[in-house]
Amino acid sequence: MTRVLSVRDASKHYPGGVTALDRVSLDIDAGELVAIVGPSGSGKSTLLSIMGTLDRPTSGTVELAGHDVAALSDRRLSALRGRWLGFVFQQFHLTDGLSAVENVSTGLLYAGVPRRERRAKAVAALERVGLGHRITHLPHQLSGGEKQRVAIARAIVNEPALLLADEPTGALDTANGRAVLDLFHRLHAEGSTIALITHDRDIAAQLPRKVEVRDGKIVSDRTGVQVR
Amino acid sequence: MNDDVKPVRLALPDVLSLGTIGLRTRRMRAVLSALGIAVGIATMVAVTAIPESNERALMNELAALGPNLLQVNAADNPEQDFGLPAESVDMVSRIGPVTSVTAVANTHTVVRRSDLTDPRDGSGLAVLASRPDLLETLESTMYSGHFLDRAGGAVPTVVLGSVAASRLGIPSVPSDAPPPQILIGKSWFAVVGILATTPLSPEIDRSVLVGWEAAQTSLGFDGRPTVIYLRARESAIESVRAVLPATVHPQEPSRVRVTLPSDALFAKRATEQTFSVLFVGLAMVALLVGGIGVANTMVISVLERRSEIGLRRALGANRGQIRIQFLTESVALSALGGGAGTAIGVAGTAVYAIANDLPVVVPALAVAGSLGGALVVGVIAGVYPSIRAARLQPTVALASA
Repeated sequence: MTRVLSVRDASKHYPGGVTALDRVSLDIDAGELVAIVGPSGSGKSTLLSIMGTLDRPTSGTVELAGHDVAALSDRRLSALRGRWLGFVFQQFHLTDGLSAVENVSTGLLYAGVPRRERRAKAVAALERVGLGHRITHLPHQLSGGEKQRVAIARAIVNEPALLLADEPTGALDTANGRAVLDLFHRLHAEGSTIALITHDRDIAAQLPRKVEVRDGKIVSDRTGVQVR
Repeated sequence: MNDDVKPVRLALPDVLSLGTIGLRTRRMRAVLSALGIAVGIATMVAVTAIPESNERALMNELAALGPNLLQVNAADNPEQDFGLPAESVDMVSRIGPVTSVTAVANTHTVVRRSDLTDPRDGSGLAVLASRPDLLETLESTMYSGHFLDRAGGAVPTVVLGSVAASRLGIPSVPSDAPPPQILIGKSWFAVVGILATTPLSPEIDRSVLVGWEAAQTSLGFDGRPTVIYLRARESAIESVRAVLPATVHPQEPSRVRVTLPSDALFAKRATEQTFSVLFVGLAMVALLVGGIGVANTMVISVLERRSEIGLRRALGANRGQIRIQFLTESVALSALGGGAGTAIGVAGTAVYAIANDLPVVVPALAVAGSLGGALVVGVIAGVYPSIRAARLQPTVALASA
């Protein structure tokens, strides 16, 4: 198994004595589908930021694809993030005024993919999430579920080594939430490595590996039956 | 492995496309904030182009009048009644490059419309004895009637300058009626013609011209000219100018003053038409206010687009790439305003010039300078907002949505 991400004894303290993470260690291997579950305020979002190299731990180390994140400059770390990670957020974060395919292309821009190759790849990613018919639609012309699928297409368009999803179904109704989850299962089956942060135990229960976070600590890390 | 962390450089088309997202998706705001710059640039272009058009018109006018006319005066006070030597006109005509020469002489008499007006009130007009070739040398034309006849009739004749005609209340000379008469000294003269305005010799406009011999017989004129006008080949104008004082008055060359009327006219008009520094100052203030408007728009844009910035960081944008995106947007906004402002300024100049019958002249330097100025304003206005955008923590930016 190739190790994609390795978090070692990571702590995050905020000014004022708040400890969001307390010596957390977590490894993710290629091909895994991991649920990181915990109530709000448990530190799971901080953990996601640190796993996603959007934030640096106060102490401890984060290794992404064998690189010690702390040793990299902003330029190098950004390049690493652009090539190795994909993000999906609860609020989609699509750019208004840009079409679906343009939004997805943005996922290739900072990874150094030449301009002429971007559109074809973006269209392919949209087809992969079942939105081949919504390519030129603007965000306000899409439903919530469709917006999230555009956001997922943007996250996977560059074939990231790790897809980080932060409450991806949080802003969706049950049916759309289920469709998005099914999509994650399918992407996993096609070989993607995915870490999904959620407060919803039912969602977490469906995933092969479940990491429970509470009060800034990992309280359990179980690999259950592989559900396909 | 090292390829993983090799920084990505954005190609220029990508930078331009990123920098115009804000403009493309928030058009009304872009137009309004570019408007400030546009007003500044338009003012700047107009205040430089309009005087330039005026100057070109003046140059054309002077070229038509001929820059080769020289005027010779007695140097000092007219009270001394210092006339030039009587033979000086002939002497001047013998200078090689001189093509024509003529002279007038002040008779120091008073002209009146009739014998009922005050005999001391000459309406500020001079009575000049004129040589018959005055019209040719000045390249002037008649506005009405004809010039002085060589062979005078029973009643001596005069020709009026344009200002003199209006002051004496004689708008034109009737061709089918007896000519109007005016009183010079104690003699009556018939007005046979009115001169067109002579821009190079305004003193002729304000004078009443009497024939040289007629002045000698009826006004007691001594035959000594007071002003000599001459034309010379343009290439030799400076050398002619240099020898004139000694030629005109060999005994006292220092009492002779030679002027180039086109120079004096040019200087006078140029000062009248130069737009004051105030206008340029006004344009600068407009540009400054426009720049502040752009900076303001950019600051708001950065605040509104925090989540977009966070997302771009998550997608792999580094700080420099965020900074260049917003800096480009600021410059693009200013360039938009600069382009529109130049167009408005040129159009305004054209309207003004055509309305005033001037040639349209837009100095390329002014346009280039204005556009360059707009870009500089855009860079300055964009520095602070783009640095702010780049400094945003990705986690904070994403959480703010």
